[in-house]
Amino acid sequence: MGITIYLLTFAVLLVGLYIVVAKKNIIKIIVGVLIIDYAVNLLLVLVGYRSDGVAPILSPGQTAADLAETGVDPLPQAMVLTSIVIGLGITALMVSMAIRLHQKYGTFDMNRIRKLRG
Amino acid sequence: MSQPGMTIIVKNTTRIIAGFIALFGVYIALTGHLSPGGGFAGGVILAAAAVLVVLAFGSGFAGRIVNEPKCHIWDGTGAMGFLVVALCGYITGGFFVNFIPIGTAHHLLSGGMIPLANLAILLKVGAGLAGAFVALSAFKYGRPRSIRRVGREL
Amino acid sequence: MEQLVPLLVALPLGAAFLIVMIAHAGPLKRLTTPLAVLAVLVNLLIAGRLLWAGALHVYVGGWGQGQTLGIELVCDGLSKLMLIVINFVALASIIFATQYMRRFTKVWLFDALFLLMTGAMSAVVLAGDMFNLFVFLEVAAIASYALVAFGCESEELEAAFKYLILGTVGSAFILLGVTILYSLTGHLNMAKISEALRTIGPDSPGVLLGGAAIIAGLALKAAMVPFHAWLPDAHPSAPAPISAMLSGVLIKASGVYALARVVFGVLGVSPYYANILIAMGLLSMVLGMFLAIGQWDFKRLLAYSSISQVGYVVLALGVAAEAMSRAAPDRTVAALCLFGGLFHLFNHATFKSLLFLASGSIEQQAHTRLLKEMGGLSRRMPVTSFCCRIGALSISGVPPFNGFFSKLIIIIALVLSGHNVLAAVGIGVAVGTLLMYIKVQRYVLEGEPSDAVAAAREAPAGMCIALVLLTIVCICAGLALVPLRDLLFTPAGEALLGALP
Repeated sequence: MGITIYLLTFAVLLVGLYIVVAKKNIIKIIVGVLIIDYAVNLLLVLVGYRSDGVAPILSPGQTAADLAETGVDPLPQAMVLTSIVIGLGITALMVSMAIRLHQKYGTFDMNRIRKLRG
Repeated sequence: MSQPGMTIIVKNTTRIIAGFIALFGVYIALTGHLSPGGGFAGGVILAAAAVLVVLAFGSGFAGRIVNEPKCHIWDGTGAMGFLVVALCGYITGGFFVNFIPIGTAHHLLSGGMIPLANLAILLKVGAGLAGAFVALSAFKYGRPRSIRRVGREL
Repeated sequence: MEQLVPLLVALPLGAAFLIVMIAHAGPLKRLTTPLAVLAVLVNLLIAGRLLWAGALHVYVGGWGQGQTLGIELVCDGLSKLMLIVINFVALASIIFATQYMRRFTKVWLFDALFLLMTGAMSAVVLAGDMFNLFVFLEVAAIASYALVAFGCESEELEAAFKYLILGTVGSAFILLGVTILYSLTGHLNMAKISEALRTIGPDSPGVLLGGAAIIAGLALKAAMVPFHAWLPDAHPSAPAPISAMLSGVLIKASGVYALARVVFGVLGVSPYYANILIAMGLLSMVLGMFLAIGQWDFKRLLAYSSISQVGYVVLALGVAAEAMSRAAPDRTVAALCLFGGLFHLFNHATFKSLLFLASGSIEQQAHTRLLKEMGGLSRRMPVTSFCCRIGALSISGVPPFNGFFSKLIIIIALVLSGHNVLAAVGIGVAVGTLLMYIKVQRYVLEGEPSDAVAAAREAPAGMCIALVLLTIVCICAGLALVPLRDLLFTPAGEALLGALP
């Protein structure tokens, strides 16, 4: 464990970045963007994690101070949820745009979707 | 197949379970302040019921139950509801301030305005996701014929 | 007074939701555009009212000042300046859109997305914590992606897709930076992060990684030169009112404003960040100008010129940060730099949206965007031509219009801070800008009317009103320099400098 797991999320991020930069298929680019998104979300969850922590849900008979002793940090989890929702909206937009582009150009190849120049 | 949609097995199963799926979504949203879940998760489940109906019966027939104008209206209503809950906070002090008695913890009627906000999010997310799915599933009808032959690219 | 601040966000969002609700309800459908105009107008009035209030801190949901959780809305001088700019340009654009958008179907969708973007940008400039900033950057960006693709033609979809991919990658980097800062400090509130970072030390590797990620993401949103590839496609492809909003406000609210806020208010000035800002600003100014001069597409030329002009603002911010990061911080020069930069930001919002709106009404009448196919429009469209000419004179820095003063102040501040080379480059770019807009004048307005514009007539009244509104501000802002400085720009600069130790 230790720092390795953080470095792994960075590796995932770089994989996504590579796909976005190097691939020419629109669907693959969308997948790459999603991988970048998930890598950041993963890091965000890891930031709030503590070893042997419990889920930050208040159970009957427990005070907030007890939970703060044992629970993992709930704030990054709320942030991740927000970020996932944003990612969902963006994915829907990307997919619908990809379908529209396929309607107009008849291809998913970025090299052939090139009316704009200069 | 003469009829749109999937086989009779799928249709009948959908007929029975779609309502329960939707109900489960509402349950998840209603108990969002007590257990994991909440408006977003409930809304996704609610939208899953709508997606199931569209898939099983085909978007033509299911359009009577799940269609774009309906989704727009409910989506707007949900978002508006959330904003109204936030603005009602002005009654007691400010934006997003709780204006309902908090109640005893771990009971259904507790959490102040959180359940109301969850219900609004349920509507918003359910209608929004269902609307996104309906909009995406409508695309295949609008495809121009001249391009259809190059559909092998994927 | 504090109760008004959340309304700045709630009102446009609420109007947008209401528009979606009534859009399918028969006769109510006609109300969507008036509703949008009304919402933006009321928002502008609220923003104007807030000018005379002090710096306001609103804790949403009743969380108090001492608590680490909770969302804070900060309405200080800089936020107020940005609110005025956003809502004023939005008002002009939506008035223009009432008549311009008639040729599109589903205008209600445009109105709703427009209000969503305006509300989200207002929230961006009010955000007091990093995550809220990120969320509303995203909301504004999603609305703008959809608006760029609004026409659903091939070019628009292609531009929007490019913008969408790059914008999303930029946002992911912003979130990455926010995550790293949160893990280092345990705070999301900007003021508290800044405090905690001072004890950690701004030069520790973690802080630099987080800062680099955030600055890269925000520079992508601001279309600074290494990250500018999406802008010249996206901005011209959108409908004209949206081009005006994107170029006039969005790249400033979600790019330049956020950069300034993060560098000054969160990370703290250090030579690293200052040099990055200076380098990006310089590159943007020079490359944007050269690329713009070579363009023959009117809107594309304006888009490249946006990159160049925003470069001025970022350069001024960078020099201010550099002046403050010296061993002996030079507050006077930094304040002058910020005044020039923020004044140029304000001016660019007015004249660039004016030029984009004018290009929209010219395109509607002439049915072309190519400069060579136009000509002689000054006779056919007197009002539009007059406004376009004022806008072009302002942006090229001809006295006594506002662009002259802001460029002059920036150049004086550069000389005072000892950056004579940068000042010379600034003058050179100003001359280049003048050349570029002489070209616009020559091909669009002067000469004999070409065949394409033979049938051109003056634009409808609503579009002219929007143009005249912006023209008046362009003329007045230069003349009313001193009162504006006292009212808007000095508090805005103080808000940035006051966050520093």
